[in-house]
Amino acid sequence: MLSRTADNLYWLSRYVERAEYLARILDATQRLSALPLAYVGASNEWESAVLTAGCATGFFKLYDEANEENVTDYLAFSTANSSSIRSCFEAARHNARAVRTALTMEMWDSINGTWLELKRYGNGPTSREEFSRFLRWVQESSLRFDGSAYRTMLRSDAYWFSRLGVYMERADNTARILDVKYHLLLPDNERVGGPLDYFQWAAILRSVSALTAYHWVYRDSLKPWLVADLLILKDELPRSLSSCYEAIVRNLDQIAGAYGRQGAAQRQARGMRTRLQNSKMDGIFQRGLHEFISEFITENNRLGGAITEQFLL
Amino acid sequence: MAAAFDEMKGHDGDQVRPAYGELAQWLKEVPPDVLDYRRREAELIFRRIGITFAVYGEADATERLIPFDVIPRIMAASEWKFLEKGLTQRVNALNLFIKDVYGAREILRAGIIPEDLVFRNPAFRPEMNGQPVPHDIYVHIAGIDIIRVDADTFYVLEDNARTPSGVSYMLENREIMMRLFPELFSRHRIAPVENYPDELLASLKSVAPLTTSKEPTVVLLTPGVFNSAYYEHSFLADKLGVELVEGRDLFVKDEVVYMRTTQGPQRVDVIYRRVDDDFIDPLTFRADSILGVPGLMSAYAAGNVTLANAVGTGIADDKAVYSFMPAIVKFYLGEEPLLKNVPTWRCREEEHLKYVLEHLSELVVKEVHGSGGYGMLIGPTASKIAIEQFRAKLKAEPKNFIAQPTLALSTSPTCVEEGVAPRHVDLRPFVLTGRNGVRIVPGGLTRVALKKGSLVVNSSQGGGTKDTWVLDS
Repeated sequence: MLSRTADNLYWLSRYVERAEYLARILDATQRLSALPLAYVGASNEWESAVLTAGCATGFFKLYDEANEENVTDYLAFSTANSSSIRSCFEAARHNARAVRTALTMEMWDSINGTWLELKRYGNGPTSREEFSRFLRWVQESSLRFDGSAYRTMLRSDAYWFSRLGVYMERADNTARILDVKYHLLLPDNERVGGPLDYFQWAAILRSVSALTAYHWVYRDSLKPWLVADLLILKDELPRSLSSCYEAIVRNLDQIAGAYGRQGAAQRQARGMRTRLQNSKMDGIFQRGLHEFISEFITENNRLGGAITEQFLL
Repeated sequence: MAAAFDEMKGHDGDQVRPAYGELAQWLKEVPPDVLDYRRREAELIFRRIGITFAVYGEADATERLIPFDVIPRIMAASEWKFLEKGLTQRVNALNLFIKDVYGAREILRAGIIPEDLVFRNPAFRPEMNGQPVPHDIYVHIAGIDIIRVDADTFYVLEDNARTPSGVSYMLENREIMMRLFPELFSRHRIAPVENYPDELLASLKSVAPLTTSKEPTVVLLTPGVFNSAYYEHSFLADKLGVELVEGRDLFVKDEVVYMRTTQGPQRVDVIYRRVDDDFIDPLTFRADSILGVPGLMSAYAAGNVTLANAVGTGIADDKAVYSFMPAIVKFYLGEEPLLKNVPTWRCREEEHLKYVLEHLSELVVKEVHGSGGYGMLIGPTASKIAIEQFRAKLKAEPKNFIAQPTLALSTSPTCVEEGVAPRHVDLRPFVLTGRNGVRIVPGGLTRVALKKGSLVVNSSQGGGTKDTWVLDS
């Protein structure tokens, strides 16, 4: 297939996944900020949301203060932010339009419908209720797109590149939450923790839609190191780093199989997958959670570069 | 201007023509709100699947829908047979003419067409002189605009020999009609058009260069998502099952064209290009073009790739050349032209110009290189000021213009605000030419001027489209 087509499919999936992630962050932040101060401490949740979304630099160029109004606008509706939910959906639709022939009718219908509906929300919600509805709608749109891709696409390179986009973005997103919130997950926190951090941990899990999953996996109350374990090492959790890499390796292998050729991207991905498989939480904490995550983000970006180099140019 | 011929009711208007019998009956039966409801349903479907087009110069509306009229335009089998013959003849002549212009130039030497009309024409490509093209075919896809003035008279209004568009509407309109009005279909026997992509692909493959050893690789070259016809490009690529490429997806190495794929370079044999000559190769034509492929013309000259349509076919699009078409048909085929030309005054000729200037308020004046209904004057409906402004333009560059009488385009029943009313229509059938001859799917794109009395059917000027039914005898 055309390199440009593969590139568009890859980024189309990434944008949709990113929009969903932003919606989850905003949802979790809204809940946290609604709690009485005694439960969450004096930290600024809205600022934390901007950091987790990875767009603090752009944000503070435009605003002095990270409050609900500014952050909501910037992360969800701003056209000045190329990674706002709106920008993501617009970019996704633009990509989709450029590769219409590689999409199934259902995928096009889903992304085009989302784009048309986006206009209804105009420049922002008029109330918190409406904003909540908006966030739910964003998540549903992403589910619909993902589902239509999964259910209708031919299992060929187009499909594998589009899946790669999903998992590369997801791995990046999960790692970014960990990067901003790692201090909450350190074992020391067990002592300082208590009710103050409980809601923070819950919010982290909520932003990767893993709150219920946590209880099923550990059958335990929220423990920070278990939250880290779930998000990093548990294959069962579809947004864990480990699970993302299982999928990245699988899809890259499919491509290699079909093309009859292995490359740097395959080797690199397999290396990271092996490292994750051989890791234990104790070891990660000993070497430093923060270092581990920073390194992961760098490596993940390198893999993105390798995929681009090998297939998309 | 006499009253227009109506496709359903003829000239006098009291007798329904046979081809429209069932439809007229159905129109009587169907409640008006049902028609209106279906019309809105159709619009919704179009919007949903994203059949839009862009209007140049409208910043606000990058994607607009072409209005779709739910009442079909119907042609009897005998009418279509006649058109089919005439179109085949005309396109055969066009191909011979272009070959001659870039080759032996017999028609110029015979003095049938003035030399400067060819050599000083901006659409003439000196790069094509003496340059053979695979299988001697230049116009692989032609869109011939036809208008009708009475039961037996069809005129060719324009020959589109460069990159005619609109065929996606022909296909989608039929698709939508079958979805919305299955009962109406069951009351007719309508020749299918859905095989058009197959016919197109077969034609394109048949003209692959002789150097192609295996199954030829065909691609569709688009200027990109910002082009007004982008939807059509992606639609066709999808139906053909070929890659939709942009200039940056292709490159030329050792006079061979390749596309960049996820598995490395892949050789390309036939390019169905929807990019104009000017932009196709920055090394040969416009250097500032980012839509083209550097070196493409060298691969073309080496005979390693087929361009459909060929470079330089614009010479046959020219409206002044058009006026010579009857002579062109006679010269190459030794036959009388079946399809008439609209009588045309060439303003480049002094006597013609004089006549045109004296009769501006009765005539339609067009730019010879214009398209899309831009830059033309429709005398009878133009204001005095507009006429005077146009007169100045015309006097300054008479060579750039031709004039034609204001013809009463036939009308066809159309769904409008006040109910069902006659509106003027034209027809663009799509004529394919491959190594094994000409193929035409029965039908084409019917364009309709939705404004009452308007004769301008171009989508960029507020025209709409209809499904075109050719009845099976």
